[in-house]
Amino acid sequence: MKKLVLFIFIFGLNFNSFSQELEDILEQEAPDYTTLTTGTFNGTRIMNGHSVETRKKGILEFLISHRFGRINSGIDDLFGLDDSNIRFGFEYAFTDNLTIALGRSSFEKTYDGYIKYRVLKQKTGENDFPISLTLFGSATEKTIKDYDPENKPTFSDRLAFTSQILLARKFNSNFSFQIMPTYIHFNTVPTTADPNDIIALGFGTRIKISKRISLNAEYYYTFNPFESIDTKNSLALGMDIETGGHIFQLIFTNSRSMIEKGFIAETTGEFFKGDIHFGFNISRAFQIKKPEEKEKLY
Amino acid sequence: MKKYYFLLITILFVSQLFSQDKYLTKEGFVSFFSHSLVEDIKADNNQVLSIIDTKTGEIAIQLLMKSFLFKKSLMQEHFNENYIESHKYPKAKFKGIILNYEQLNEQINETEIKGILSIHGEEKEISTIVIVDIQMDEIIITGEFTVEVADFNIKIPSVVINNIAKTIKLTFEFHHKPYKK
Repeated sequence: MKKLVLFIFIFGLNFNSFSQELEDILEQEAPDYTTLTTGTFNGTRIMNGHSVETRKKGILEFLISHRFGRINSGIDDLFGLDDSNIRFGFEYAFTDNLTIALGRSSFEKTYDGYIKYRVLKQKTGENDFPISLTLFGSATEKTIKDYDPENKPTFSDRLAFTSQILLARKFNSNFSFQIMPTYIHFNTVPTTADPNDIIALGFGTRIKISKRISLNAEYYYTFNPFESIDTKNSLALGMDIETGGHIFQLIFTNSRSMIEKGFIAETTGEFFKGDIHFGFNISRAFQIKKPEEKEKLY
Repeated sequence: MKKYYFLLITILFVSQLFSQDKYLTKEGFVSFFSHSLVEDIKADNNQVLSIIDTKTGEIAIQLLMKSFLFKKSLMQEHFNENYIESHKYPKAKFKGIILNYEQLNEQINETEIKGILSIHGEEKEISTIVIVDIQMDEIIITGEFTVEVADFNIKIPSVVINNIAKTIKLTFEFHHKPYKK
Protein backbone atom coordinates (compact mmCIF):
# COMPACT_ATOMS: atom_id res chain seq x y z
CA MET A 1 0.00 0.00 0.00
CA LYS A 2 2.80 2.34 0.99
CA LYS A 3 4.54 1.63 -2.25
CA LEU A 4 1.42 2.40 -4.22
CA VAL A 5 1.11 5.78 -2.48
CA LEU A 6 4.73 6.49 -3.23
CA PHE A 7 4.19 5.40 -6.81
CA ILE A 8 1.18 7.70 -7.29
CA PHE A 9 2.94 10.50 -5.52
CA ILE A 10 6.01 10.42 -7.74
CA PHE A 11 4.03 9.80 -10.88
CA GLY A 12 1.60 12.57 -10.00
CA LEU A 13 4.36 14.99 -9.15
CA ASN A 14 6.01 14.26 -12.44
CA PHE A 15 2.78 14.82 -14.32
CA ASN A 16 1.90 18.04 -12.56
CA SER A 17 5.19 19.59 -13.38
CA PHE A 18 4.42 19.77 -17.11
CA SER A 19 2.67 23.11 -17.18
CA GLN A 20 5.24 24.72 -14.95
CA GLU A 21 7.94 23.29 -17.19
CA LEU A 22 6.46 24.96 -20.27
CA GLU A 23 6.49 28.31 -18.51
CA ASP A 24 10.05 27.75 -17.34
CA ILE A 25 11.14 27.09 -20.90
CA LEU A 26 9.52 30.32 -22.04
CA GLU A 27 11.31 32.24 -19.29
CA GLN A 28 14.62 30.71 -20.40
CA GLU A 29 13.99 31.35 -24.05
CA ALA A 30 12.84 34.94 -23.57
CA PRO A 31 15.64 37.16 -24.86
CA ASP A 32 17.27 39.36 -22.27
CA TYR A 33 15.86 42.66 -23.42
CA THR A 34 17.37 46.03 -22.82
CA THR A 35 14.47 48.42 -22.50
CA LEU A 36 14.64 52.16 -22.83
CA THR A 37 13.33 54.07 -19.87
CA THR A 38 10.48 56.15 -21.22
CA GLY A 39 8.63 59.06 -19.70
CA THR A 40 11.36 60.53 -17.50
CA PHE A 41 9.31 63.70 -17.79
CA ASN A 42 5.80 64.07 -19.20
CA GLY A 43 6.70 66.67 -21.75
CA THR A 44 9.58 68.48 -23.38
CA ARG A 45 9.50 71.14 -20.64
CA ILE A 46 9.88 70.65 -16.90
CA MET A 47 8.38 74.08 -16.21
CA ASN A 48 10.06 77.04 -17.95
CA GLY A 49 13.03 75.07 -19.19
CA HIS A 50 13.58 71.93 -21.18
CA SER A 51 13.55 68.36 -19.96
CA VAL A 52 15.63 65.58 -21.52
CA GLU A 53 12.57 64.40 -23.43
CA THR A 54 12.28 64.73 -27.17
CA ARG A 55 9.30 63.73 -29.25
CA LYS A 56 9.28 60.65 -31.44
CA LYS A 57 10.12 60.97 -35.11
CA GLY A 58 7.47 62.66 -37.21
CA ILE A 59 5.69 64.47 -34.38
CA LEU A 60 4.99 68.17 -34.66
CA GLU A 61 4.30 69.68 -31.29
CA PHE A 62 2.46 72.94 -31.08
CA LEU A 63 3.20 74.59 -27.78
CA ILE A 64 1.38 77.62 -26.42
CA SER A 65 2.70 79.17 -23.23
CA HIS A 66 1.30 82.03 -21.23
CA ARG A 67 2.68 84.00 -18.33
CA PHE A 68 0.46 86.55 -16.67
CA GLY A 69 1.59 89.54 -14.64
CA ARG A 70 2.63 89.42 -11.02
CA ILE A 71 0.12 88.06 -8.54
CA ASN A 72 1.02 90.83 -6.06
CA SER A 73 -0.05 93.53 -8.53
CA GLY A 74 -3.40 93.40 -6.73
CA ILE A 75 -7.07 93.45 -7.58
CA ASP A 76 -6.73 96.41 -9.94
CA ASP A 77 -4.82 94.17 -12.39
CA LEU A 78 -6.85 91.12 -11.31
CA PHE A 79 -3.72 89.67 -9.70
CA GLY A 80 -1.74 89.94 -12.89
CA LEU A 81 -4.29 88.48 -15.27
CA ASP A 82 -4.63 91.80 -17.14
CA ASP A 83 -1.04 91.60 -18.16
CA SER A 84 -0.29 88.57 -20.30
CA ASN A 85 2.49 87.49 -22.53
CA ILE A 86 2.54 84.53 -24.83
CA ARG A 87 4.99 82.30 -26.61
CA PHE A 88 3.92 79.91 -29.29
CA GLY A 89 6.24 77.44 -30.88
CA PHE A 90 6.32 74.78 -33.54
CA GLU A 91 8.62 71.97 -32.57
CA TYR A 92 9.26 69.18 -35.06
CA ALA A 93 10.98 65.87 -34.34
CA PHE A 94 13.09 64.99 -37.38
CA THR A 95 14.21 61.79 -35.66
CA ASP A 96 13.50 60.25 -32.27
CA ASN A 97 16.57 62.10 -31.01
CA LEU A 98 16.54 65.39 -32.90
CA THR A 99 14.05 68.23 -32.52
CA ILE A 100 14.26 71.60 -34.23
CA ALA A 101 11.89 74.38 -33.22
CA LEU A 102 10.88 77.95 -33.89
CA GLY A 103 9.02 80.15 -31.48
CA ARG A 104 7.97 83.68 -30.86
CA SER A 105 7.42 85.40 -27.55
CA SER A 106 5.37 88.55 -27.17
CA PHE A 107 7.67 89.57 -24.31
CA GLU A 108 10.30 91.84 -25.93
CA LYS A 109 8.96 90.56 -29.30
CA THR A 110 11.54 87.83 -29.32
CA TYR A 111 11.99 85.12 -31.92
CA ASP A 112 13.76 81.96 -30.88
CA GLY A 113 14.95 78.79 -32.49
CA TYR A 114 16.46 75.76 -30.91
CA ILE A 115 18.04 72.43 -31.66
CA LYS A 116 17.73 69.65 -29.15
CA TYR A 117 19.59 66.38 -29.50
CA ARG A 118 19.26 63.30 -27.34
CA VAL A 119 22.68 61.76 -26.92
CA LEU A 120 22.25 59.10 -24.26
CA LYS A 121 19.20 57.30 -22.98
CA GLN A 122 18.59 55.64 -19.68
CA LYS A 123 18.14 51.87 -20.09
CA THR A 124 17.36 48.86 -17.99
CA GLY A 125 18.05 45.21 -18.69
CA GLU A 126 21.12 43.60 -20.20
CA ASN A 127 22.91 46.79 -21.28
CA ASP A 128 21.64 49.13 -18.62
CA PHE A 129 22.62 52.77 -18.47
CA PRO A 130 21.83 55.02 -15.49
CA ILE A 131 21.08 58.43 -17.03
CA SER A 132 19.73 60.30 -20.02
CA LEU A 133 21.72 63.11 -21.62
CA THR A 134 20.33 65.68 -24.02
CA LEU A 135 22.10 68.66 -25.58
CA PHE A 136 20.23 71.87 -26.10
CA GLY A 137 21.21 74.95 -28.08
CA SER A 138 19.13 78.01 -28.85
CA ALA A 139 19.44 81.39 -30.50
CA THR A 140 17.12 84.30 -29.78
CA GLU A 141 16.57 87.61 -31.52
CA LYS A 142 14.95 90.47 -29.66
CA THR A 143 12.97 92.66 -32.06
CA ILE A 144 11.27 95.14 -29.74
CA LYS A 145 12.15 98.73 -30.69
CA ASP A 146 13.22 99.80 -27.21
CA TYR A 147 16.38 101.55 -28.38
CA ASP A 148 17.34 105.09 -29.18
CA PRO A 149 16.56 105.66 -32.91
CA GLU A 150 19.95 107.36 -33.30
CA ASN A 151 21.69 104.25 -32.11
CA LYS A 152 19.96 101.39 -33.92
CA PRO A 153 21.43 97.98 -32.99
CA THR A 154 22.29 95.52 -35.76
CA PHE A 155 20.68 92.08 -36.09
CA SER A 156 23.66 90.44 -34.51
CA ASP A 157 23.69 92.92 -31.60
CA ARG A 158 20.35 91.59 -30.48
CA LEU A 159 21.20 87.92 -30.57
CA ALA A 160 21.66 85.76 -27.50
CA PHE A 161 22.67 82.11 -27.37
CA THR A 162 22.02 79.40 -24.81
CA SER A 163 23.75 76.03 -24.52
CA GLN A 164 22.68 73.44 -22.03
CA ILE A 165 23.59 69.92 -21.05
CA LEU A 166 20.52 68.21 -19.65
CA LEU A 167 21.28 65.23 -17.44
CA ALA A 168 18.38 63.28 -15.98
CA ARG A 169 17.58 60.08 -14.22
CA LYS A 170 14.20 58.48 -13.65
CA PHE A 171 14.71 56.92 -10.24
CA ASN A 172 11.36 55.17 -10.28
CA SER A 173 8.07 55.63 -12.05
CA ASN A 174 7.13 58.51 -9.72
CA PHE A 175 10.39 60.38 -9.23
CA SER A 176 12.71 61.92 -11.82
CA PHE A 177 15.52 64.40 -11.30
CA GLN A 178 17.46 66.56 -13.74
CA ILE A 179 20.56 68.76 -13.62
CA MET A 180 21.18 71.45 -16.24
CA PRO A 181 24.61 73.09 -16.58
CA THR A 182 23.95 76.18 -18.68
CA TYR A 183 26.02 78.68 -20.65
CA ILE A 184 24.42 81.83 -22.04
CA HIS A 185 26.09 84.34 -24.34
CA PHE A 186 24.71 87.82 -25.03
CA ASN A 187 26.12 89.61 -28.05
CA THR A 188 25.43 92.91 -26.33
CA VAL A 189 24.72 93.67 -22.68
CA PRO A 190 23.15 96.77 -21.05
CA THR A 191 26.36 98.18 -19.52
CA THR A 192 30.04 97.35 -19.62
CA ALA A 193 29.83 96.06 -16.05
CA ASP A 194 27.57 93.22 -17.19
CA PRO A 195 29.06 89.91 -18.25
CA ASN A 196 28.47 88.77 -21.84
CA ASP A 197 28.79 85.17 -20.75
CA ILE A 198 26.64 83.81 -17.98
CA ILE A 199 27.05 80.45 -16.32
CA ALA A 200 24.17 78.86 -14.47
CA LEU A 201 23.21 75.51 -13.01
CA GLY A 202 19.64 74.29 -13.00
CA PHE A 203 17.81 71.59 -11.09
CA GLY A 204 14.46 70.12 -11.98
CA THR A 205 12.27 67.37 -10.68
CA ARG A 206 8.99 65.62 -11.32
CA ILE A 207 7.00 63.82 -8.67
CA LYS A 208 4.00 61.90 -9.95
CA ILE A 209 1.06 61.98 -7.61
CA SER A 210 -1.30 60.06 -9.87
CA LYS A 211 -1.13 58.48 -13.30
CA ARG A 212 -1.93 61.74 -15.03
CA ILE A 213 -0.91 64.42 -12.54
CA SER A 214 2.56 65.29 -11.38
CA LEU A 215 4.15 68.05 -9.32
CA ASN A 216 7.15 69.72 -10.91
CA ALA A 217 9.79 72.11 -9.66
CA GLU A 218 12.66 73.87 -11.39
CA TYR A 219 15.39 76.17 -10.11
CA TYR A 220 18.27 77.90 -11.89
CA TYR A 221 21.22 79.25 -9.93
CA THR A 222 23.19 81.93 -11.80
CA PHE A 223 26.88 82.16 -10.85
CA ASN A 224 27.64 85.56 -12.41
CA PRO A 225 24.41 87.54 -12.80
CA PHE A 226 24.01 90.91 -14.50
CA GLU A 227 25.27 93.85 -12.46
CA SER A 228 23.18 96.70 -13.87
CA ILE A 229 19.84 95.05 -13.15
CA ASP A 230 18.84 93.37 -9.92
CA THR A 231 18.35 89.81 -11.13
CA LYS A 232 17.11 86.83 -9.14
CA ASN A 233 17.46 83.13 -9.61
CA SER A 234 14.57 81.58 -11.48
CA LEU A 235 12.19 79.36 -9.55
CA ALA A 236 9.14 77.60 -10.92
CA LEU A 237 6.66 75.35 -9.17
CA GLY A 238 3.67 73.72 -10.76
CA MET A 239 1.96 70.69 -12.04
CA ASP A 240 1.51 68.62 -15.21
CA ILE A 241 -1.89 67.34 -16.20
CA GLU A 242 -1.83 64.79 -18.98
CA THR A 243 -4.91 64.12 -21.08
CA GLY A 244 -4.49 62.01 -24.21
CA GLY A 245 -2.61 64.01 -26.84
CA HIS A 246 -2.39 67.10 -24.60
CA ILE A 247 -0.13 68.04 -21.78
CA PHE A 248 -1.32 70.90 -19.66
CA GLN A 249 1.16 72.54 -17.29
CA LEU A 250 0.21 75.03 -14.59
CA ILE A 251 3.11 77.17 -13.46
CA PHE A 252 3.91 79.61 -10.68
CA THR A 253 7.22 81.33 -11.34
CA ASN A 254 9.11 84.53 -10.64
CA SER A 255 10.19 84.69 -14.31
CA ARG A 256 8.29 86.52 -16.98
CA SER A 257 10.17 85.19 -19.98
CA MET A 258 9.63 81.69 -21.36
CA ILE A 259 12.91 81.34 -23.17
CA GLU A 260 16.18 80.27 -21.57
CA LYS A 261 18.23 83.45 -21.86
CA GLY A 262 15.29 85.36 -20.41
CA PHE A 263 14.29 83.32 -17.41
CA ILE A 264 17.78 82.20 -16.45
CA ALA A 265 19.62 85.51 -16.84
CA GLU A 266 16.98 88.26 -16.73
CA THR A 267 14.53 87.26 -13.99
CA THR A 268 13.82 90.15 -11.67
CA GLY A 269 10.90 88.92 -9.58
CA GLU A 270 11.38 87.85 -6.00
CA PHE A 271 9.30 84.71 -5.59
CA PHE A 272 8.89 84.84 -1.81
CA LYS A 273 7.85 88.50 -1.89
CA GLY A 274 4.96 87.62 -4.13
CA ASP A 275 6.46 88.54 -7.51
CA ILE A 276 4.86 85.43 -8.92
CA HIS A 277 3.66 85.03 -12.47
CA PHE A 278 0.93 82.50 -12.95
CA GLY A 279 1.10 80.74 -16.30
CA PHE A 280 0.52 77.63 -18.30
CA ASN A 281 1.92 75.59 -21.15
CA ILE A 282 -0.40 73.68 -23.43
CA SER A 283 1.07 71.22 -25.84
CA ARG A 284 -0.66 69.41 -28.64
CA ALA A 285 1.21 66.73 -30.56
CA PHE A 286 0.39 65.93 -34.17
CA GLN A 287 1.73 62.82 -35.84
CA ILE A 288 2.87 64.22 -39.19
CA LYS A 289 4.78 61.18 -40.38
CA LYS A 290 3.81 57.61 -39.55
CA PRO A 291 6.42 55.61 -37.66
CA GLU A 292 8.17 52.91 -39.69
CA GLU A 293 6.56 49.48 -39.60
CA LYS A 294 9.58 47.55 -38.41
CA GLU A 295 10.60 49.97 -35.72
CA LYS A 296 12.27 48.20 -32.82
CA LEU A 297 12.02 49.44 -29.31
CA TYR A 298 15.31 48.03 -28.12
CA MET B 1 11.39 -3.52 -3.54
CA LYS B 2 14.38 -2.61 -5.70
CA LYS B 3 12.38 -3.62 -8.74
CA TYR B 4 9.71 -1.10 -7.85
CA TYR B 5 12.24 1.69 -7.52
CA PHE B 6 13.71 0.72 -10.84
CA LEU B 7 10.25 0.85 -12.36
CA LEU B 8 9.54 4.25 -10.81
CA ILE B 9 12.78 5.73 -12.04
CA THR B 10 12.17 4.30 -15.49
CA ILE B 11 8.71 5.86 -15.62
CA LEU B 12 10.18 9.13 -14.49
CA PHE B 13 12.78 9.05 -17.23
CA VAL B 14 10.41 7.86 -19.90
CA SER B 15 7.91 10.57 -19.12
CA GLN B 16 10.73 13.10 -19.25
CA LEU B 17 11.70 11.76 -22.65
CA PHE B 18 8.17 12.06 -23.91
CA SER B 19 7.97 15.59 -22.69
CA GLN B 20 10.59 16.53 -25.25
CA ASP B 21 7.79 16.76 -27.80
CA LYS B 22 7.56 20.49 -27.55
CA TYR B 23 7.07 23.11 -30.21
CA LEU B 24 8.18 26.68 -29.71
CA THR B 25 8.06 30.04 -31.44
CA LYS B 26 9.71 33.30 -30.49
CA GLU B 27 8.19 35.28 -33.34
CA GLY B 28 4.52 34.80 -32.67
CA PHE B 29 2.10 37.49 -33.72
CA VAL B 30 -0.50 39.10 -31.50
CA SER B 31 -2.49 42.14 -32.51
CA PHE B 32 -5.20 44.06 -30.75
CA PHE B 33 -7.82 46.32 -32.14
CA SER B 34 -10.06 48.85 -30.45
CA HIS B 35 -12.84 50.40 -32.45
CA SER B 36 -14.67 53.49 -31.29
CA LEU B 37 -16.57 56.27 -32.99
CA VAL B 38 -13.68 58.65 -32.38
CA GLU B 39 -10.78 56.52 -33.53
CA ASP B 40 -9.50 53.04 -34.23
CA ILE B 41 -6.49 51.89 -32.29
CA LYS B 42 -4.38 48.99 -33.46
CA ALA B 43 -1.12 47.58 -32.17
CA ASP B 44 1.00 44.64 -33.30
CA ASN B 45 3.48 42.50 -31.48
CA ASN B 46 5.76 40.23 -33.53
CA GLN B 47 7.90 38.96 -30.70
CA VAL B 48 5.53 36.70 -28.83
CA LEU B 49 6.82 33.51 -27.27
CA SER B 50 4.61 30.45 -27.35
CA ILE B 51 5.23 26.79 -26.56
CA ILE B 52 3.05 23.69 -27.00
CA ASP B 53 3.45 20.31 -25.43
CA THR B 54 2.14 17.93 -28.09
CA LYS B 55 1.72 15.11 -25.56
CA THR B 56 -0.76 16.96 -23.41
CA GLY B 57 -2.00 19.79 -25.61
CA GLU B 58 -0.83 22.28 -23.05
CA ILE B 59 0.21 25.70 -24.24
CA ALA B 60 2.01 28.62 -22.61
CA ILE B 61 2.35 32.07 -24.15
CA GLN B 62 4.07 35.23 -23.01
CA LEU B 63 4.80 38.60 -24.49
CA LEU B 64 6.33 41.92 -23.54
CA MET B 65 3.85 44.79 -23.40
CA LYS B 66 6.55 47.21 -24.59
CA SER B 67 6.85 45.25 -27.84
CA PHE B 68 3.42 46.34 -29.02
CA LEU B 69 3.92 48.81 -31.85
CA PHE B 70 1.33 51.51 -32.51
CA LYS B 71 0.83 53.82 -35.48
CA LYS B 72 1.08 56.83 -33.19
CA SER B 73 4.10 56.83 -30.92
CA LEU B 74 2.32 58.92 -28.31
CA MET B 75 -0.38 56.26 -28.07
CA GLN B 76 2.33 53.69 -27.48
CA GLU B 77 3.77 55.82 -24.69
CA HIS B 78 0.38 56.27 -23.04
CA PHE B 79 -0.42 52.58 -23.42
CA ASN B 80 2.77 51.67 -21.55
CA GLU B 81 2.82 54.52 -19.05
CA ASN B 82 -0.81 55.05 -18.13
CA TYR B 83 -2.95 52.10 -19.06
CA ILE B 84 -0.97 48.88 -19.00
CA GLU B 85 1.77 50.20 -16.67
CA SER B 86 4.43 48.07 -18.29
CA HIS B 87 7.07 49.11 -15.75
CA LYS B 88 5.02 47.29 -13.12
CA TYR B 89 3.51 44.56 -15.29
CA PRO B 90 5.95 44.05 -18.15
CA LYS B 91 4.46 40.82 -19.47
CA ALA B 92 1.14 39.35 -20.50
CA LYS B 93 0.88 35.60 -20.07
CA PHE B 94 -1.45 32.82 -21.03
CA LYS B 95 -1.37 29.23 -19.90
CA GLY B 96 -3.94 26.75 -20.93
CA ILE B 97 -4.82 23.65 -22.80
CA ILE B 98 -5.84 22.90 -26.36
CA LEU B 99 -8.86 20.63 -25.92
CA ASN B 100 -8.93 17.29 -27.76
CA TYR B 101 -5.45 17.90 -29.06
CA GLU B 102 -4.82 14.21 -29.86
CA GLN B 103 -7.90 14.04 -32.10
CA LEU B 104 -6.79 16.85 -34.36
CA ASN B 105 -5.68 16.07 -37.89
CA GLU B 106 -5.78 17.53 -41.39
CA GLN B 107 -9.57 17.29 -41.63
CA ILE B 108 -10.47 18.35 -38.12
CA ASN B 109 -8.37 21.32 -37.16
CA GLU B 110 -10.84 23.41 -35.22
CA THR B 111 -10.92 23.09 -31.48
CA GLU B 112 -11.24 25.07 -28.32
CA ILE B 113 -8.49 26.50 -26.21
CA LYS B 114 -9.06 27.14 -22.53
CA GLY B 115 -6.90 28.77 -19.97
CA ILE B 116 -5.93 31.71 -17.85
CA LEU B 117 -4.89 35.02 -19.34
CA SER B 118 -3.01 37.42 -17.11
CA ILE B 119 -2.58 41.07 -18.05
CA HIS B 120 -1.86 44.06 -15.81
CA GLY B 121 -1.62 41.81 -12.76
CA GLU B 122 -5.15 40.46 -13.22
CA GLU B 123 -6.05 36.90 -14.16
CA LYS B 124 -9.05 35.94 -16.22
CA GLU B 125 -10.23 32.59 -17.48
CA ILE B 126 -10.86 32.60 -21.21
CA SER B 127 -11.80 30.09 -23.85
CA THR B 128 -11.92 30.58 -27.58
CA ILE B 129 -12.07 28.66 -30.86
CA VAL B 130 -8.69 28.11 -32.52
CA ILE B 131 -7.49 26.58 -35.74
CA VAL B 132 -4.63 24.17 -35.14
CA ASP B 133 -2.80 23.28 -38.30
CA ILE B 134 -0.43 20.39 -37.63
CA GLN B 135 2.24 19.92 -40.28
CA MET B 136 5.40 17.87 -40.51
CA ASP B 137 7.67 20.33 -38.79
CA GLU B 138 5.31 23.12 -37.84
CA ILE B 139 2.22 23.63 -35.70
CA ILE B 140 0.31 26.74 -36.66
CA ILE B 141 -2.28 28.13 -34.27
CA THR B 142 -4.51 30.99 -35.29
CA GLY B 143 -7.59 32.56 -33.81
CA GLU B 144 -9.20 35.61 -32.34
CA PHE B 145 -11.13 36.50 -29.23
CA THR B 146 -12.29 39.53 -27.30
CA VAL B 147 -11.49 40.81 -23.83
CA GLU B 148 -13.14 43.41 -21.67
CA VAL B 149 -10.84 46.26 -20.64
CA ALA B 150 -12.61 46.41 -17.26
CA ASP B 151 -11.71 42.78 -16.46
CA PHE B 152 -8.06 43.70 -16.18
CA ASN B 153 -8.38 46.69 -13.87
CA ILE B 154 -7.32 49.13 -16.58
CA LYS B 155 -8.78 52.53 -15.88
CA ILE B 156 -9.70 54.80 -18.75
CA PRO B 157 -10.00 58.48 -17.80
CA SER B 158 -13.29 60.13 -18.68
CA VAL B 159 -11.71 62.52 -21.21
CA VAL B 160 -10.72 59.66 -23.53
CA ILE B 161 -13.56 57.29 -22.67
CA ASN B 162 -14.99 57.66 -26.18
CA ASN B 163 -11.62 56.98 -27.82
CA ILE B 164 -11.07 53.53 -26.37
CA ALA B 165 -13.43 50.60 -26.86
CA LYS B 166 -14.67 48.69 -23.83
CA THR B 167 -14.16 45.41 -25.68
CA ILE B 168 -10.84 44.81 -27.40
CA LYS B 169 -10.45 42.31 -30.21
CA LEU B 170 -7.29 40.23 -30.21
CA THR B 171 -5.94 38.18 -33.09
CA PHE B 172 -3.04 35.77 -32.90
CA GLU B 173 -0.95 33.57 -35.12
CA PHE B 174 1.86 31.30 -33.92
CA HIS B 175 4.10 29.17 -36.12
CA HIS B 176 5.65 26.70 -33.71
CA LYS B 177 8.80 24.80 -34.66
CA PRO B 178 10.18 21.73 -32.88
CA TYR B 179 11.93 22.79 -29.72
CA LYS B 180 15.41 21.45 -29.05
CA LYS B 181 17.22 22.19 -25.85
